[in-house]
Amino acid sequence: MNAVYLRYELLRTLRNRRFFIFTLAFPLVFFYLIAGANRHQELGGIPFATYYLAGMASFGTMMAMISAGGRIASERQAGWNRQLRLTPLTPREYFRAKVATGYMMALITLVLLFVAGLTLGVHLQVREVASMVGLVAVGLIPFAALGIFVGHMFTPDSIGPVLGGGVSILAFLGGAWGPIGGTHGFMHDVSLATPTYWLVQAGHTLVGQQAWDGTGWLVVGSWTAVLAVLAARAYQRDTKRV
Amino acid sequence: MTITESAVSTAGVSLQGLTKSFGPVRAVDGIDLVVAPGETVALLGPNGAGKSTTIDMMLGLNKPDSGDVRVFGMTPDQAVQRGAIGAMLQTGELIRDLTVRELLAMMASLYPTPARVDDVVDVTGLHDIVDRRTNKLSGGQSQRVRAAIALISNPDLLVLDEPTVAMDVEGRHLFWNSVRQIAASGKTIVFATHYLEEADTYADRIVLMARGRIVADGPATEIKATVGLRTIRATLPGVDAAVLSALDGVKSADRRGDAVVLHCSDSDAAIRALLPAYPAACDIEIAGAGLEQAFLMLTGDHSPEELS
Repeated sequence: MNAVYLRYELLRTLRNRRFFIFTLAFPLVFFYLIAGANRHQELGGIPFATYYLAGMASFGTMMAMISAGGRIASERQAGWNRQLRLTPLTPREYFRAKVATGYMMALITLVLLFVAGLTLGVHLQVREVASMVGLVAVGLIPFAALGIFVGHMFTPDSIGPVLGGGVSILAFLGGAWGPIGGTHGFMHDVSLATPTYWLVQAGHTLVGQQAWDGTGWLVVGSWTAVLAVLAARAYQRDTKRV
Repeated sequence: MTITESAVSTAGVSLQGLTKSFGPVRAVDGIDLVVAPGETVALLGPNGAGKSTTIDMMLGLNKPDSGDVRVFGMTPDQAVQRGAIGAMLQTGELIRDLTVRELLAMMASLYPTPARVDDVVDVTGLHDIVDRRTNKLSGGQSQRVRAAIALISNPDLLVLDEPTVAMDVEGRHLFWNSVRQIAASGKTIVFATHYLEEADTYADRIVLMARGRIVADGPATEIKATVGLRTIRATLPGVDAAVLSALDGVKSADRRGDAVVLHCSDSDAAIRALLPAYPAACDIEIAGAGLEQAFLMLTGDHSPEELS
């Protein structure tokens, strides 16, 4: 990986206002508003603040990852991808830099939320934090592919609503705002089938809950496989056109 | 024109039998061109002549339907890998949220043997704006940054596709001064334009394109004389066009009903010859042929009148 290229990719993202609002500020504000008001209660059998820490972490990291890929849309529209095709940079390296950017931004989101969590009395232990971060990293893989897919399918104008709407629905169905459908039944099954649910579950390892079971790995793996194929197709179609 | 093998391996750019269609449209229809190292060549032609398509194939952005492209003996992809090609495409914006210097450093990092950012800033005259964010530049300034990006790989071949379109007069002047400097350093330059003046002033050689073909190729002065044709139109019944085409200063003549159209290399001489010989000629119009008309005339299958 070209370190200079990656450094400037990160710098560009940090200077982008939309990133700050949606990926950093938005989850943080909601965490304080909702978890702060209910911090002595429980939700889904675990302390309220911990639940919301996990929920907002899933929302923020997912947003970071998809919008990192989504930036491809504006670079395509600017004709920048044609310019890059006149450099030795391979498409693989280009995507890798986008995904790496997504991970770095996701990490910043997590760190801020951990700090916020501490101020609301969320109990954090190194081992559990590490296992959460590890699982979130795996849980974000399908979203990396989704971001690249979205970046090739939409224009910069349409991508805002797509991101805002899509991420909100996925976050809601995955239980980021509160458990969906109790512990069984149709809505619960729908919730389990979303990749967001497993991001939220990754957060619940903070209170010693079991990490992913077989279903978790299967769901995340399946989403990754399907979205990777879609992303590759979208990329190929786009390259043919230009 | 046949191109020998040694010409291909020593050429800066060699295009052989290039064709490219988009659906039913034949954008490039058999192009053969050899550009010597160090030469500055203008591809001159109206919109739709196939200049950009030819350039895209030269850069490897588009694959030809048939034919072969070599850049310093390499395929375009190989040349790109080595940083041997720098290009300023016709359309394109800069990515946001970096300063000009940061963007140039970012691009430089991608190449094996890049130019120094400071040197590129020097030659493109970007000192004033080097610390400005790319999203805070005027159209002309952006174009100059794009030119700087084209130079950052320290390329042997510089390709410019209608580079001055978004520039004002002052910007154009600055830009071409930079190009002159670059040409003087021994780089091969190919640029597309639809301005005869630009081609004439800055190129050693002009390649005239129309409808996907090369219709003329030669030193700038020679091409300028060809393109600078004028036409005389007059009402003159009963005189054979072939007879008129033999007049002084006339290259060819067409009959349109009662009217005749004389395509002139020297319209002054032609009108002096025409009037004494045929005093009946009336409704006389003398017009400079625009570039597009000149091109269409050179392609031969349509006369300018049919199209205007």
